Amino acid sequence: MVDFLQFLVAGLSQGAIYALVGLGFSVIYRATHIVNFAQGEFVMIGGLGTAGALSFALPMPLAILSALVAGCVAALVLDLIVIRLARFAPALLLIIVTIGASVALRGAAQLAWGRNFHSIPSPFGSEPLHVYGVAIMPQVILILVTTVGAVVGLQWFFRRTRFGQAMLAAAINPTAASLVGIELRHVYTATFLIAGLLGMIAGLLITPLAMVHFESGLAFSLKGFAAAILGGLGSVPGVVAGGLLLGVVESLSAGYVSSAYKDAIAFLLIIVVLLTRPEGVFGRRSTGRV
Amino acid sequence: MSIINRSLAVLGLVLVTCGATQAQTSKPIKVGVFVAVTGPGSFLGDASKKTFELYTQQFNKNGGVDGRQIELVLYDSKTNPKEAASLARKLIDQDQVDVLIGANTTGEAMAVVPFVEEANIPFIALAGGSVVVDPVKKWVFKTPHTDQMSVEKIYAQLRKEKRSKVALLSGAAGYDQSCRKNAKELSARLGIDIVSDEQHGSGDTDVTTQLTKIRGSGADALIYCGAGAPSALVARNYKQLGLTLPLYMTVGVASQAYIEAAGPAAEGSRVTGSAILAFADMMQDDPIYNVSRSLHDGYVASYKEEPSAFSGYAYDALLLTVEALRRAGTTDKAKVRDALEGLKNIPGVNGIYNFSATDHLGFSADSMWIVEVKDGRYRKVD
Repeated sequence: MVDFLQFLVAGLSQGAIYALVGLGFSVIYRATHIVNFAQGEFVMIGGLGTAGALSFALPMPLAILSALVAGCVAALVLDLIVIRLARFAPALLLIIVTIGASVALRGAAQLAWGRNFHSIPSPFGSEPLHVYGVAIMPQVILILVTTVGAVVGLQWFFRRTRFGQAMLAAAINPTAASLVGIELRHVYTATFLIAGLLGMIAGLLITPLAMVHFESGLAFSLKGFAAAILGGLGSVPGVVAGGLLLGVVESLSAGYVSSAYKDAIAFLLIIVVLLTRPEGVFGRRSTGRV
Repeated sequence: MSIINRSLAVLGLVLVTCGATQAQTSKPIKVGVFVAVTGPGSFLGDASKKTFELYTQQFNKNGGVDGRQIELVLYDSKTNPKEAASLARKLIDQDQVDVLIGANTTGEAMAVVPFVEEANIPFIALAGGSVVVDPVKKWVFKTPHTDQMSVEKIYAQLRKEKRSKVALLSGAAGYDQSCRKNAKELSARLGIDIVSDEQHGSGDTDVTTQLTKIRGSGADALIYCGAGAPSALVARNYKQLGLTLPLYMTVGVASQAYIEAAGPAAEGSRVTGSAILAFADMMQDDPIYNVSRSLHDGYVASYKEEPSAFSGYAYDALLLTVEALRRAGTTDKAKVRDALEGLKNIPGVNGIYNFSATDHLGFSADSMWIVEVKDGRYRKVD
């Protein structure tokens, strides 16, 4: 039982990170129908940027702020390239552009922060809490709480604010939205910023537990994308559930079946889901944009 | 034509040829190097690169090889076997190097071997996998201890401590899997029982699940068959779960970077590697003390950091090359190769090299140390 709970803790904390990255995919996909494969790079920027600023003896809040600024600049540049091109390029080409952008961001990160692995200290230290024999890092609790907070915040933003509503409208029907006076360019810029922030939050949360280096983003992109697909790309609660499910399945299959095949088992699950429910476990069936 | 004229012509010809041979011998000897300066193996290749740059300079200052300077042609192989293979061809065909050194990872070394054998050029690999020199390949030598030696050394230590139940944890990389295979194969012969065999993926950020399983397996020692950065994650998760069985890591971890990355979690973990890791514990009468000291002191003075085991591999490769070139007295590739194979009793940083036609590694597991992290430094374990 203790082992089971320990597996569950590991799965949930990993899953929450997948969910945050997956939400980034979801936000951009909803507004632009682009799958942004540079999403995982924001995780890397959040972690490495903070670690890099800390090495200049900046206090933690300033270090985090500087990483966020760096990440937002990257998001704006990405937005600029993708949206400029979007006028005459098909979605598939734009997806390839995001892959190119991810390679460029990796290269830039290597120049800025070097090739080594970096970590940042957890605000709660590195001593685990012991609950009924289960070792839980305080950082794990922070991860779960922050993920819940991010989801609630995101839902509130889309449902309750004028700008969020405008973004939803633009996602549902861009032509109608621009006819009623919604500036689509601003909407797109906002989606890239929100997606970037979600990624960077994930990076800030995971770096004290694991370590990041300039190539860490790719793995997060893959897992985050898988989480988003699993839950249904368009739905916020779906993506979160997809992320948590992916994390827990990985952990339990490593714990009870074979740690060598845990990724294979997780991806097998995704294939099964895609075959039986192409819109994701929690996604709504929809027709594509014509 | 008078006899005088003819003699003058002959003399002139002789002078020209002499001049040419003169130019030939003072031409620098080209040593081609490709190391993993970037990519996942960068924590290995970086130390190697620094060592090559520093000590080529030093060897040249001390007169080079019988007056001929060594010219270093160094490229970044990006920890990529394809890149390594094309760089090896470039070094052989375009740069026309006399000796080839490189490949921090086993995959890169194996990708280069066919070109080396085709071009008939001596090649010293810096990769750990035993497969590089086993079976022996005519033109291929190597300086690092193998993963197999690491495992043997750890098993010997465990038996000394009356421990016999081992849990293995390994990643997906080539080195990990080679080490894991050797650990399983050697276990029966050396009286070790593998009670748990766990693995993690290459981008994983958590291994507490695997370690929880190991905790419940009844193992009394844990060997992490991995290299580089994930080892710090293993050390951290190990501390988080409060595991008490001793944690052993192999030569793939043997650098200061591990201690820096894992921080306090590295304390108490044990690593196999060259004696240079715990230079402070080396005895002055150790036959490899002097050579280790010259690497250690020079490296610390130039780079303000401790050399890793991977500095030692690079240093030894350079040392052996210079020695072989000196003995061969030429850059003729076949003769240099023969000289390399004939090297006996050469003290290097990793041990005393005794090459032969059947052994292109040249030393046994005896020259390897087990070190333990104490107060942020490696210390020898007896």
